[in-house]
Amino acid sequence: MRSKASPVSDRSKGQAGWGLKSAAWFGVLYLNLPILFIILYGFTTDDASYSFPPPGLTTQWFAVTWARADFWEALWLSVQVAFASMLIAMVLGTFAAAAMYRFKFFGKEAVTLLILLPIALPGIVTGISLRSAFSLGDVPFSYFTIVLGHATFCIVVVYNNAIARLRRSSPALIEASMDLGADTFQTFRHVILPNLATALLAGGMLAFALSFDEIIVTTFTAGQQETLPIWMFGELSRPRQRPVTNVAAIFVMIITFVPILAAYYLTRDTDDVAGSGK
Amino acid sequence: MTTTGAARPRSLSNSFSTFLYQRPRLVLALLLVPPLLWLGIIYLGSLFTLLAQSFFSIDDFTAQTIYEPTLATYARLFTATNLSIIFRTLAMASVVTVISGIIAFPLAYYIARFASGRMKALFYVAVMLPLWSNYLVRVYAWKLILAKEGAIHWSINSLGLGPVLDWILTLPVVEGSSLSTSYIGTTLTFVYIWLPFMVLPIQAALERVPRSLLEASSDLGARPNETFRKVIFPLAIPGIAAGSIFTFSLTLGDYIIPQLIGSSRPFIGQAVYQFQGTAGDIPMAAAFAMVPIVIMAIYLAIAKRLGAFDAL
Amino acid sequence: MTSSSGATAVSFQNVSRHYGAVKAVDDVNFDIRDGEFFAMLGPSGSGKTTCLRLIAGFEQPTAGHVVVHGVNMNGVPPYDRDVNTVFQDYALFPHMTVLDNVAYGLMIRKVPVAQRRQQAEEMLEMVALGGFGGRKPSQLSGGQRQRVALARALVNHPKVLLLDEPLGALDLKLREQMQVELKAIQRRVGITFVYVTHDQGEALSMSDRVAVFNQGKIEQLASPIELYEKPATTFVAGFVGISNLLEGAAARAATGAEQACSIRPEKIHLERSDAAIPADAMTARGRVSSILYLGANTRYEVALEGGGELTVTLQNREAHAEPAEGETVQLWWEARHLMRFAQ
Repeated sequence: MRSKASPVSDRSKGQAGWGLKSAAWFGVLYLNLPILFIILYGFTTDDASYSFPPPGLTTQWFAVTWARADFWEALWLSVQVAFASMLIAMVLGTFAAAAMYRFKFFGKEAVTLLILLPIALPGIVTGISLRSAFSLGDVPFSYFTIVLGHATFCIVVVYNNAIARLRRSSPALIEASMDLGADTFQTFRHVILPNLATALLAGGMLAFALSFDEIIVTTFTAGQQETLPIWMFGELSRPRQRPVTNVAAIFVMIITFVPILAAYYLTRDTDDVAGSGK
Repeated sequence: MTTTGAARPRSLSNSFSTFLYQRPRLVLALLLVPPLLWLGIIYLGSLFTLLAQSFFSIDDFTAQTIYEPTLATYARLFTATNLSIIFRTLAMASVVTVISGIIAFPLAYYIARFASGRMKALFYVAVMLPLWSNYLVRVYAWKLILAKEGAIHWSINSLGLGPVLDWILTLPVVEGSSLSTSYIGTTLTFVYIWLPFMVLPIQAALERVPRSLLEASSDLGARPNETFRKVIFPLAIPGIAAGSIFTFSLTLGDYIIPQLIGSSRPFIGQAVYQFQGTAGDIPMAAAFAMVPIVIMAIYLAIAKRLGAFDAL
Repeated sequence: MTSSSGATAVSFQNVSRHYGAVKAVDDVNFDIRDGEFFAMLGPSGSGKTTCLRLIAGFEQPTAGHVVVHGVNMNGVPPYDRDVNTVFQDYALFPHMTVLDNVAYGLMIRKVPVAQRRQQAEEMLEMVALGGFGGRKPSQLSGGQRQRVALARALVNHPKVLLLDEPLGALDLKLREQMQVELKAIQRRVGITFVYVTHDQGEALSMSDRVAVFNQGKIEQLASPIELYEKPATTFVAGFVGISNLLEGAAARAATGAEQACSIRPEKIHLERSDAAIPADAMTARGRVSSILYLGANTRYEVALEGGGELTVTLQNREAHAEPAEGETVQLWWEARHLMRFAQ
């Protein structure tokens, strides 16, 4: 049957028509070309408009940005917020994943929904909810309110990574360890943690990137503080020194790509870490 | 003859571990309580505050919130202006969802069916990369591209098609002085930002279609077009529905994109933002925020029927 | 057969394990002797694996006691039991080398590094994996992983070794080879082996005694010979070997009584319809409905005239009567080989 494959079935297996191919490539270019413009405009000599093609190229904006104290303040605040949110999310996400993996209990579905809700609902709902709760409770807006908001939607990222790894590893590993004489804590240290570490780290990295990028919720939970995205948002409406925003954007891209690439490599080949015997 | 207990000497951690072993419910509680407290108090608590706020009202003279249950705020929500904001947002979310679907499907189909090896990895990264790059940066990129002096206007003028673009920009709904101040610009940017959310679930749904099914179809005499219409597309519907949840929900709640790119007419997100910010009318902002929640609840109910949750 | 000092290694005393309405193990009583190779045989869901997990401590009984070497194990966690397990999917720690896997139990018990290395290497030698210590489990074949799992358990010198279908994932040749090796290792180390399997061949070939499980209860606990020659119930007769069960009218026609009975296929003689038959034998007539040539022997299905069907296997040692399909034949067997069952 296969040997006498008609041209029809050959076509459905191997080659795409040019129409489909170009539509696919159009999608890819549409998704990726715009980023190049950000980089290009970081070098333009035109600092008041977005004229294309740029009238000239310069590297001066990197020096200008480097000298801006407010840029460094915003960057530093963003790093602090992202780091704190990441740590909270790693602890809570791991706890939740362990509970959901190990136990069956009444209301489990509801807990899953609760964990997912902060990213399922539009960011503005999360933002306005937190803001109205904070102002109702007379909580002053600060670094802590930003972290509170960020950690809430970062939990799910760590949770997803952790539970995916747990589900892929053999449940007998924990039993094997206890069978060989290790108590709960020794089992955690010698078996669970080493197997989960890369998934947790990947989840943490993604949480960091997510927090570092966030603007919608942050607008509502920040007081006078400016995280980097908020600072950039403000810069956008300034008439002069526009390429500074681009330079900052290039920084942001680099800072978020490092953890995302790291997360990718950490979770890439986990098939042989899964520990199945067959 | 039988005695209870173990033979080995015990350390403190060993004893505590045994204590926990005999009480699995306690372990469950210890694990589950911290995340539940956090999400329950901070997140659910806030959502309920928001809901409660929407049943309060604001005093017109003092601009203070009156903490008495009332439906007055909801009554004010359904004015002609606000309804047009809601309608505008819904229309935009629908258009963005449809266009995303049209662009995403061939891309997802190509990745799932035809690309293999390195090519597949390349395409996959090409879809994932924008998803994880900075949101604001990506919106900003379109501001650069769509500006009157920017790349698209320049290209079109270079091709001598400037008058055509100018004519399009005078059309009734589109209207704007440049692409970056027209609905075309807003739509392009929305589609660009949410496209990966549409591609990935469709691709996942298509990957799950076993090859033998397609061979069976052509074996039974179906031409490629028929196989596509009768077999592939129906099986991709859960993926499309799942993707549309994201594109629809995210468009409903966004306020950055319409603020940076497009006409000055507001969307739901901007309205919420302004009511709580400049106007200081938190009850109204809360009531407005309920709109996307209700719309999404209805949308999710429909998507669930289409099998979207199996494709997530 | 049993290397009996008479001591009891494991004792189940009125043990039940219920999951809601499901009775995985239902009021079971039995003893496993010290030093014996004990098999728990049964179809999936019969309760054999749950019994194993009750001994290991992964499950706690809903009622009753599991006693290991005189100590009541209720509430005792797995890590406080002198019992080790070889898991069905081996459960080797993927992030550790083979040597670290084997030395894991010693490491937990704080055996000095040099000593634990030496013991682990010795154990790897014993399972014919000397020199494999530096590899990761993912670099081993299924059979090799199986040996590592065995070494990892045995290095701790447990009082009881539990094996949960350890050969299930291996192919037939390797499985037969491992059966021989497992039996030899058990003889050498003298540890009580408790072996869970659904494969009756495995249970019969290796064990000193076999407990046959069905629906959470033990149908019969006996030596392999007794199990095969004198099954206590129709279930055992059917699960161990080919049953040839005759009931009701068919039983009456063949044996003169309606009581359910069975006769092993190799105990039946098959003759041409006109051949002479010993006077004191039990006989039946029937028609050959199918013939299956299996090399060493040939299997005949014979539809009896009085109803029912019997399977007969004949050794192909020398030429014997070779009836054709559809031919009428006489069957006979000695009365002592007939197994009768109470209903």
